[in-house]
Amino acid sequence: MLSKGLKRKREEEEEKEPLAVDAWWLDPGHASVAQAPPAVASSSLFDLSVLKLHHSLQQSEPDLRHLVLVVNTLRRIQASMAPAAALPPVPSPPAAPSVADNLLASSDAALSASMASLLEDLSHIEGLSQAPQPLADEGPPGRGIGGAAPSLGALDLLGPATGCLLDDGLEGLFEDIDTSMYDNELWASEGLKPGPEDGPGKEEAPELDEAELDYLMDVLVGTQALERPPGPGR
Amino acid sequence: LKCTEKYICCLSFQSKSDIISTVEFNHTGELLATGDKGGRVVIFQREQESKNQVHRRGEYNVYSTFQSHEPEFDYLKSLEIEEKINKIRWLPQQNAAYFLLSTNDKTVKLWKVSERDKRPEGYNLKDEEGRLRDPATITTLRVPVLRPMDLMVEATPRRVFANAHTYHINSISVNSDYETYMSADDLRINLWNFEITNQSFNIVDIKPANMEELTEVITAAEFHPHHCNTFVYSSSKGTIRLCDMRASALCDRHTKFFEEPEDPSNRSFFSEIISSISDVKFSHSGRYIMTRDYLTVKVWDLNMENRPIETYQVHDYLRSKLCSLYENDCIFDKFECVWNGSDSVIMTGSYNNFFRMFDRNTKRDVTLEASRENSKPRAILKPRKVCVGGKRRKDEISVDSLDFSKKILHTAWHPSENIIAVAATNNLYIFQDKVN
Repeated sequence: MLSKGLKRKREEEEEKEPLAVDAWWLDPGHASVAQAPPAVASSSLFDLSVLKLHHSLQQSEPDLRHLVLVVNTLRRIQASMAPAAALPPVPSPPAAPSVADNLLASSDAALSASMASLLEDLSHIEGLSQAPQPLADEGPPGRGIGGAAPSLGALDLLGPATGCLLDDGLEGLFEDIDTSMYDNELWASEGLKPGPEDGPGKEEAPELDEAELDYLMDVLVGTQALERPPGPGR
Repeated sequence: LKCTEKYICCLSFQSKSDIISTVEFNHTGELLATGDKGGRVVIFQREQESKNQVHRRGEYNVYSTFQSHEPEFDYLKSLEIEEKINKIRWLPQQNAAYFLLSTNDKTVKLWKVSERDKRPEGYNLKDEEGRLRDPATITTLRVPVLRPMDLMVEATPRRVFANAHTYHINSISVNSDYETYMSADDLRINLWNFEITNQSFNIVDIKPANMEELTEVITAAEFHPHHCNTFVYSSSKGTIRLCDMRASALCDRHTKFFEEPEDPSNRSFFSEIISSISDVKFSHSGRYIMTRDYLTVKVWDLNMENRPIETYQVHDYLRSKLCSLYENDCIFDKFECVWNGSDSVIMTGSYNNFFRMFDRNTKRDVTLEASRENSKPRAILKPRKVCVGGKRRKDEISVDSLDFSKKILHTAWHPSENIIAVAATNNLYIFQDKVN
């Protein structure tokens, strides 16, 4: 079903990207034009992609193909936007990167197991100072894995040799995407681990509850404390 | 077959509630299995052609219905696992029973479908309700006798292959050795032996050490029809890898790599998405593979890796609508494609309940529609045409009027005859070519 009425302003001629963002289905006279390779993407295409990513990440088990394709498309769009002039403020992907990591990671059974036990523990304790339960014992990763164990091959993600998703934590998927335009002191001042600079929260990302976001952030922080021996922070 | 042959509808079946998610003929074409979003499998059987009705070729009737998968809850991750049947694959028949594999996102099951037309009767150790009688009352021992009964078709799960996939299973493929099969998810492919359910062998793993580096997923996989050591898998970046299991235990390095260079004149932000391959199928001969991406079907010669030998436009009029299709997520739809028995015609679905056939020899193609209005029994399917711009002829439909909620994602072709099965949302249609 074609989505209804997200009617956008027709792009200015100079900024016009030939990807027909306007609602062609509402305008039967709109001719199908062959597309020239776009020089600059419109910010609305960027917004759309970010929204899609957001939505995808909010699924309990994101469709990996959808996620990967949207992220790759977002990268292309951002790459073309880099030299562009001032862009209108966009609903930021603030939580997206961190949530991306969190939820991508959560598709690994072993990591999810530790997360689940973590969440359970956190629900019983007050404050974050108390260390959560240690991670479940991990077997060796490898081939010819017994079918019964849920911890297949996911374990290399948590191995000390390779970077743990949570170690790198919040840079995550968006390391190469410049999100500095979404800097916001609100987040930095909370003393949380600086990840991809987070943008304004609740008002502009209505889909993600502020409380929910806080909770996820806390969990990530808590887990990071677990991963690292006490010592100088990153 | 020339694809301009006329097709008539010989079955129209509506599932109770659920969207049909897979359709597959067995190796003889006698049976057709469908799986749906509710985890049910419905099997149709072709009735024997009777001498009395020469003009009526065997028609398909419901043979068996069973619940293959139930929704599950993964307590560890707090996730519900959908019962939707992603794929069904038949095993070749080796005795009176039929065997098929059905899979949802996480678990593959081997089902045995068998007939029972006799029942043992005459037990004298039990009463009518089946309770054991008091031994003191039994004075003789009788051997029960088999008596005919109404035909009963029963489906029993013989094997459950679970806990081997972290990600969502998109393909299963039975090997030509009939002893093993593979299951593929977004990042891994596992090899199974039918007899062993607690172990599988991982043969492809494209998961990066850091998930941040993930840029590509596996979208489909299939074994070669004759060479039990060879298989292919396709990716979200429009590539196909052919692997030989003899080369190494872990087939992360391919033997052949098929990719067509991008056409610079068609570049857009959506180039990658529309190049993502949604289905890959070997030809029956094993010489070619066919791939489906968002706008085209391509035929590749196994001996030529740098480009396909044939490209067919399925609905090129959508090329200028990609942005809208991205917005409503239609651009992510996964269409399947199929060969006919002689590999001369290929078929795939589109929107508005349209499906397309391409004759590889004559280069002619046809667009047909699978819908209730057009599928009265024995009605001849009329070719359809989409009007791209300018004047619309009487029978044509304009691009802007297409219904994108009516998508034909799953079709199947009888292994040797011109009988096709088309799934349109929760309706199944079977068409066969008109016999004069």
